[in-house]
Amino acid sequence: MSATAVHSLWTTAAEPIGKITAPKIEYAQLAPVLIVVGAAVLSVLVEALVPRRGRYHTQVFLTVVALAAGFAAVVGLAAGGYGSTKAQIAAMGAIAVDGPALFLQGTILLASIVAVFTFAERRLDPAHHGHRVDSFAAEAAAVPGSEQEKAAVKAGFTTTEVFPLVLFAVAGMLVFPAANDLLTLFIALEVFSLPLYVLCAVARRKRMMSQEAAVKYFLLGAFSSAFLLFGIALLYGYAGSVSYARIADVVDGNVTAMDPALAATMGNDALLLIGFAMVLMGLLFKVGAVPFHMWTPDVYQGAPTPVTGFMAAATKVAAFGAMLRLLYVVLPGLTWDWRPVMWAVAIVTMLGGAIVAITQTDIKRLLAYSSIAHAGFLLAGVIAATPDGVSSVLFYLGAYSFVTIGAFAVVTLVRDAGGEATHLSKWAGLGRRSPLVAAVFAVFLLAFAGIPLTSGFAGKFAVFKAAAEGGAGGLVVVGVLSSAVAAFFYIRVIVLMFFSEPKVDGPTVAVPSPLTMTTIGVGVAVTLVLGLAPQYFLDLAGQASVFVR
Amino acid sequence: MENAENLIALLVAAPLLGAVVLLCGGRRLDKAGHWIGTLLAAASFVIGLVLFADMLGRGAEERTLRSTLYSWIPVEGFQADIAFQLDQLSMTFVLLITGVGSLIHLYSVGYMEHDERRRRFFGYLNLFLAAMLLLVLADNYLLLYVGWEGVGLASYLLIGFWQHKPSAATAAKKAFLVNRVGDMGLSIAIMLMFTTFGTFAFGPVLEATGDTSEGMLTAIGLMLLLAACGKSAQVPLQSWLGDAMEGPTPVSALIHAATMVTAGVYLITRSGAIFNAAPDAQLAVVVVGAVTLLFGAIVGCAKDDIKKALAGSTMSQIGYMILAAGLGPIGYAFAIMHLVTHGFFKAGLFLGAGSVMHGMNDEVDMRKYGALRKYMPITFATFGLGYLAIIGFPGLSGFFSKDKIIEAAFAKGGTEGWILGAVTLLGAAITAYYMTRVMILTFFGEKRWQPAPDPATAPGVEPGVEAKPGEMPHPHESPKSMTIPMILLAFGSVFAGGFFGIGDRFVNWLAPVTEFEHGHPPIGAAAITSATVAVMVIGVSIAYLQYGRRPVPVTAPRGSLLTRAARRDLLQDDFNHIVLVRGGEHLTRSLVYVDHSLVDGVVNGTAASVGGLSGRLRKLQNGYARSYAVSMFGGTAVLIAATLLMRAV
Repeated sequence: MSATAVHSLWTTAAEPIGKITAPKIEYAQLAPVLIVVGAAVLSVLVEALVPRRGRYHTQVFLTVVALAAGFAAVVGLAAGGYGSTKAQIAAMGAIAVDGPALFLQGTILLASIVAVFTFAERRLDPAHHGHRVDSFAAEAAAVPGSEQEKAAVKAGFTTTEVFPLVLFAVAGMLVFPAANDLLTLFIALEVFSLPLYVLCAVARRKRMMSQEAAVKYFLLGAFSSAFLLFGIALLYGYAGSVSYARIADVVDGNVTAMDPALAATMGNDALLLIGFAMVLMGLLFKVGAVPFHMWTPDVYQGAPTPVTGFMAAATKVAAFGAMLRLLYVVLPGLTWDWRPVMWAVAIVTMLGGAIVAITQTDIKRLLAYSSIAHAGFLLAGVIAATPDGVSSVLFYLGAYSFVTIGAFAVVTLVRDAGGEATHLSKWAGLGRRSPLVAAVFAVFLLAFAGIPLTSGFAGKFAVFKAAAEGGAGGLVVVGVLSSAVAAFFYIRVIVLMFFSEPKVDGPTVAVPSPLTMTTIGVGVAVTLVLGLAPQYFLDLAGQASVFVR
Repeated sequence: MENAENLIALLVAAPLLGAVVLLCGGRRLDKAGHWIGTLLAAASFVIGLVLFADMLGRGAEERTLRSTLYSWIPVEGFQADIAFQLDQLSMTFVLLITGVGSLIHLYSVGYMEHDERRRRFFGYLNLFLAAMLLLVLADNYLLLYVGWEGVGLASYLLIGFWQHKPSAATAAKKAFLVNRVGDMGLSIAIMLMFTTFGTFAFGPVLEATGDTSEGMLTAIGLMLLLAACGKSAQVPLQSWLGDAMEGPTPVSALIHAATMVTAGVYLITRSGAIFNAAPDAQLAVVVVGAVTLLFGAIVGCAKDDIKKALAGSTMSQIGYMILAAGLGPIGYAFAIMHLVTHGFFKAGLFLGAGSVMHGMNDEVDMRKYGALRKYMPITFATFGLGYLAIIGFPGLSGFFSKDKIIEAAFAKGGTEGWILGAVTLLGAAITAYYMTRVMILTFFGEKRWQPAPDPATAPGVEPGVEAKPGEMPHPHESPKSMTIPMILLAFGSVFAGGFFGIGDRFVNWLAPVTEFEHGHPPIGAAAITSATVAVMVIGVSIAYLQYGRRPVPVTAPRGSLLTRAARRDLLQDDFNHIVLVRGGEHLTRSLVYVDHSLVDGVVNGTAASVGGLSGRLRKLQNGYARSYAVSMFGGTAVLIAATLLMRAV
């Protein structure tokens, strides 16, 4: 480091303390996040102060109300024009309040509400010792199979901590697609990842598998965070700032004034490209793109199914939102550098997810690979690099979340003596025994496969159309081919359910409470409405497709 | 009224809501389901009346209302609108469908009283109404197709409603399959329209016919005719209608007499501009109509099953309508007018038949009826009025509408005109003959009642009557919920024709939509009318001499060759079996051979290689976090290298 640079650092640090001014925070614009964070803190207090008997009901009520209030705040902001004309950057440049952010936050909040209903479901398992139980361990800290665990089960304990964890995760997810600087991005990532790791570990049944999944997720998540963080450091070195707008200006060559402390690194393209690739890798890990996808099947299978549904939907929405903002706001000047690389990732993701899914025998793993293939389809929309690309991805994310949560909710219903019967052979002939449940699941599978009149078709159509118009015709061809491969395994499950003889010792379908019924009902309704009349929502996504800079 | 067009969607929405509520509502609605269904059908009728009043309040040229609900994924060059068009033609259908439909809902409340699955039955009926209304209200062929398939589905579900009877299940399947052939025609026609005109909407398509080659229009017209043949049971796709009588009688009345089977007439009338510009296709329409009108009439003469005799008659009457629609602007309005009057009297006749069956242990063989006029006076009176209307008794509905079609047939001109005129007159004579036969066998003569059949030997008796095997029937008048609709329909049978026909009221009403020209028959209208009445009297007299003066045997005599053929529906099933089924089997076998040897080889080969790849890739997923981390690390390295490389290149 040169002498001037050292001097500069010294003098900057030695500025009088009085010059630090209080940051300007636009509380109203940040209301959705603040409501959820506030509720999360309150929810922790509930854990500490409310007696055990009343906790479950208090937590469910608090969580749902907070998420609904957050959604109302999003709608209020959108109605107030913050999605379009009044779009702005709040909190001293940290958080963007614009169309894509509000659309994605709304999607995350709605999806979380229906997901929380499945968290709160307590009618699927028969009551233990007179206590109703949900999908979560009686005492997560107890060693599986130990006396302590048995005592906790007998006492009817439940892990109501899942509710504050979900709220914290949602808060992080709300910030993630709105983050307008790299540090906020990283903090949001950690805020929503850490609760998810814990949530994965607290299954009531198959606890060892659940804990293994959580450890894997945590290790690999930490590994990818390290890459992301290092990438952020390199980008700071390149631009002298973590702000998206500032980095974009440097990329475009609009900044000539150079921070003397960074004279050696600023504007060095190698730093930019390596740093960008590393940040991108962190995001690709979260969406489950090949070759960063390998955690997905193990974690989806091991995590409690309500958590899987929540994670599969909401994480994907948040991560794709952040990726869109990064590529469209920070790096539009770099489109020619990132497009070919993303092409390759999209192709291997679409093909990899679809092909490996064929030989899966577990329904949760099957859906995990299906989610990988869908990440590939979404990447095709991202690569379009046009406003249509943004709006198609927004629409796809909204459509996909509800199908996913609904599908995993159906998975929780099919049970045998060992809990959920996730092995595909057990699903044979389900359509004969429980035609309604099988029919609903078939609707979700058809939506995954992208059959017309379901939301899946409208979404896929929008994404591929945007990709083709954005000059990625080859990608569309691969996308359609992998859709054909994917259709095989979706339809195979339908065939299995409706045209195979039921097994003698097959699973039973539990009759859920209105909570799960609502989740599944909303899933089906959204799937059909977005399939039959997608135009209104496509328009909505279209209006919300402009990023503020 | 301001914004009347917003009401159009409600017409469809009311019965659709009923279908959804009744079919998804579960057992809870068993008690009230039939009233919910009936009320929503009636609600649709009331909305129809409101719109009708509103329409009358506007000038003849400003009566068309349009309403676009939304577009289903508009893309450049492809626009599929969910949009409605309500003009005089669709209004006529709306009132017929919802009016007759509501009456038949009401009738079914009594008729299906003892059926455990009554709620589901009403759900299907409502579904049918919604689909049929969608069909006639659509403003483009694609949405029409949705309704077209919807009524096909509802018809399938209702014919096979008593699915425990193998005959009903088979009949439903047959109706569905035969209709598929027609549907294929409609879908091909729509595709041809799209490639020719680039749109499906009625307006642009029908206006562009002037600039299109006649060959293409002929092709489209023939495909539309194929579609119409399927839905309207015209030769050569007529074979399903007789079997469809396996459905509950209200279904036969509503769907297989008054409304759905007339969809073909609607399609041809709506597409008038295409047929006007394609004389060859128009000729084909006329031929189909003429052949079917004789075919159905002959079949109707030989059937002893009261519902099948009426089904033959339906086929024949629709033949009249198709024929009239094929005559072009001189016939469209009369086709629709006959359609409406037929809707009244045929629905009434079917409901009467149902009422008779209700009182006779669900016996359908007319040879086992006789002398019922004393026991069922209301049924007798309403059925009798329907009978007089259908044979064209002067002053009643059928007289006005049929006479106009016969005049228009003569007015076609040239040899064609004479042939068509003669055919329609002959048809009128046969109609008078077979309907008189039905009337005499059922209501006059001696009692020929037989004890109730043993369910063991005659499985699947219609539910509703708990007759013990061997018990003699005790004919009685049906409950009010059944007789009131019959009385109301009888009013229509008597007065509708006069109301429409006198002073050309109906023609003037429809004229802005369907082109209209006055036909000029080569002989005077008075002469034609006298001839019509004369052939009617001849037909009635022959039937009277044959059945009224002599005792009727309970077992049918062997009969002449023609009678025997007619009993077997003029060998239509045998023809289908030999030509289509056997031929189809041979074709299928050879295709299967090609499929096995060639196509499967390629497909299975691809599938096997993808599956093998999948198995190998799956092994990479070994469950160790360390190998996953390696994959991520390698992936990142490649990502960075590729990014840098792209810049270097």
